[in-house]
Amino acid sequence: MVTLSVNGRMQQVDAAPDTPLLYVLRDHLQLNGAKYGCGLGQCGSCTVMVDGQAVLSCVTPVSVVQNRRIKTVEGLGTVADPGPMQRAFIEEQAAQCGFCIPGMMMRAQALLERNASPSQAEIRSHMNQNLCRCGTHMRILRAIERAAAAFKTGGGR
Amino acid sequence: MRMRGVLVRLRACAFGLLLLVGCASQPAIDSTEPPARAAFDAALIARGAQLAAIGNCKDCHTASAGKPYAGGRPLKTQFGTIYATNITPDAETGIGRWSEAAFRRAMHEGVDRQGRHLYPVFPYDHMTKVTDDDVKAIYAFVMTREPVRAETPPNRMLFPFNMRALVGGWKHFFFERGRFQPDSAQSTEWNRGAYLAEGLAHCGACHTPRNLLGAEKKSRAFAGGEAENWHAPALDAAAPAPVPWTAEQLYRYLRSGLDDVHDIAAGPMAGVTHNLASVSERDVRAIAVYIASLATEPTLARRKRSEDILAYAKRAQTSSAAAPRAAAADAPQSQSGAAIYAGACAMCHDNGRAISSAGALNLALSTAVTSPTPGNLIRIIVQGIEPREGERGRWMPAFAGALTAEQLADLTAYLRSEFGMAPAWRNVDAEVRKVMRGKE
Repeated sequence: MVTLSVNGRMQQVDAAPDTPLLYVLRDHLQLNGAKYGCGLGQCGSCTVMVDGQAVLSCVTPVSVVQNRRIKTVEGLGTVADPGPMQRAFIEEQAAQCGFCIPGMMMRAQALLERNASPSQAEIRSHMNQNLCRCGTHMRILRAIERAAAAFKTGGGR
Repeated sequence: MRMRGVLVRLRACAFGLLLLVGCASQPAIDSTEPPARAAFDAALIARGAQLAAIGNCKDCHTASAGKPYAGGRPLKTQFGTIYATNITPDAETGIGRWSEAAFRRAMHEGVDRQGRHLYPVFPYDHMTKVTDDDVKAIYAFVMTREPVRAETPPNRMLFPFNMRALVGGWKHFFFERGRFQPDSAQSTEWNRGAYLAEGLAHCGACHTPRNLLGAEKKSRAFAGGEAENWHAPALDAAAPAPVPWTAEQLYRYLRSGLDDVHDIAAGPMAGVTHNLASVSERDVRAIAVYIASLATEPTLARRKRSEDILAYAKRAQTSSAAAPRAAAADAPQSQSGAAIYAGACAMCHDNGRAISSAGALNLALSTAVTSPTPGNLIRIIVQGIEPREGERGRWMPAFAGALTAEQLADLTAYLRSEFGMAPAWRNVDAEVRKVMRGKE
């Protein structure tokens, strides 16, 4: 058994220690926000947060994140009450197919929780490793800037 | 700390001596009007571009996210922080008013146009070997770049190293000026390689250890050194690569940043190989021939070991059940490291695929695992391998954030014993803390 803290809730999961965190989130906990893209840590669609930092969950064995704070896109808000990051992505219509978006939001969230006033260069450099095959990068960058403004006035989530 | 205090004092005494024997400066060379582009022949500029790539000029003289050659990149040394200068032809903040003679003097003697000694972080101890013709071509290349107005921030040197006159004394003891002298016993190709590697490419600036005053130890040339917190492996007989390099493999590596039985270029070497990709095959081959000649013929034992490792890596490639071997020791640290390897590393490094976009180097072949210090391995795990922004290149994801300091140390120790098959590193915890704190 593995004990995980996901979005503020402690959960017990029956998984082998080398199971990728992504599989546990999706298959055991039905948190399907984080996506399986390449499975090799190259695309960023599986990005979640661990202790405040962006982490590629497809190459992170569940054993190393026991008793650490895991946050997924489901932890940012709900459909009825989206968080500031999610609202910014909706308002900028940043998604085309949407597959990469949860990973984008989680990597951006990790940045803004640390620094709510990043320069555009800092945002670009921080987001460098998350890929979007539809090419909505300009909208994604605008969404992150919009979210940063919201973080500054009302805080993140 | 006490040891450190003694070192500082020793250095200070030595520099006192340098001050005595050094001359403060040299005469200025008159400034000129920035030359027009038409003043330079296109073929000369093209040759200069190749030479500048071999010299890796851009990597130091460009700040992160800065304009090429406009300087401003901080270079941390144990004597303080030096900012690389703007070498674009901007008249006010660059070298636009430098004549070719002034440029040549900087390359050959480490003196700027105004006559001040340059700090040897600019490797003029190597540039001094470059022929006048090649200096002319490099001058043509830099003087035809886009002029960028960018003031170089003032250096932040520790006292007494902020006195440039000391550099005059340093040169007296450690700087040997003069062009490259070929070795008639060697082939033309070897001599070409030696000329480039010892001169413009300044390989020894990183791969040769330095003395207390920051000068390369000539008696230990290519015995392994340091570059921006990375360990630059030995290139001589002590080279730590599990499989001895051949000239052909070095050639492939230098041009592509990858050799499938050695390594992916990481750290400062990634930039070097990126630049060499644009250089003529002939010159890169010559460098490879020369570097390969630095390591003596491998001993029978080393050859045998290398064959075993290659056979092991090949087996791992063809067997689909490429589970990692059980840890030799059953220590909890080793078990934790083995579990992390199985869950985080094996899916690329041990998945039965040859090296490709979906398969990574078998770690039994990795130089990072067999190096004398754990720093490079830890840095690669934490930072991954990433091409510079906007550039294509080799890739490994960063594990910063995923692994705690303790997990990193366990993994590092496990990789060393399991794949390096070498005595445990003693300073793993301290190195882990350094890398995690540094976020370099």
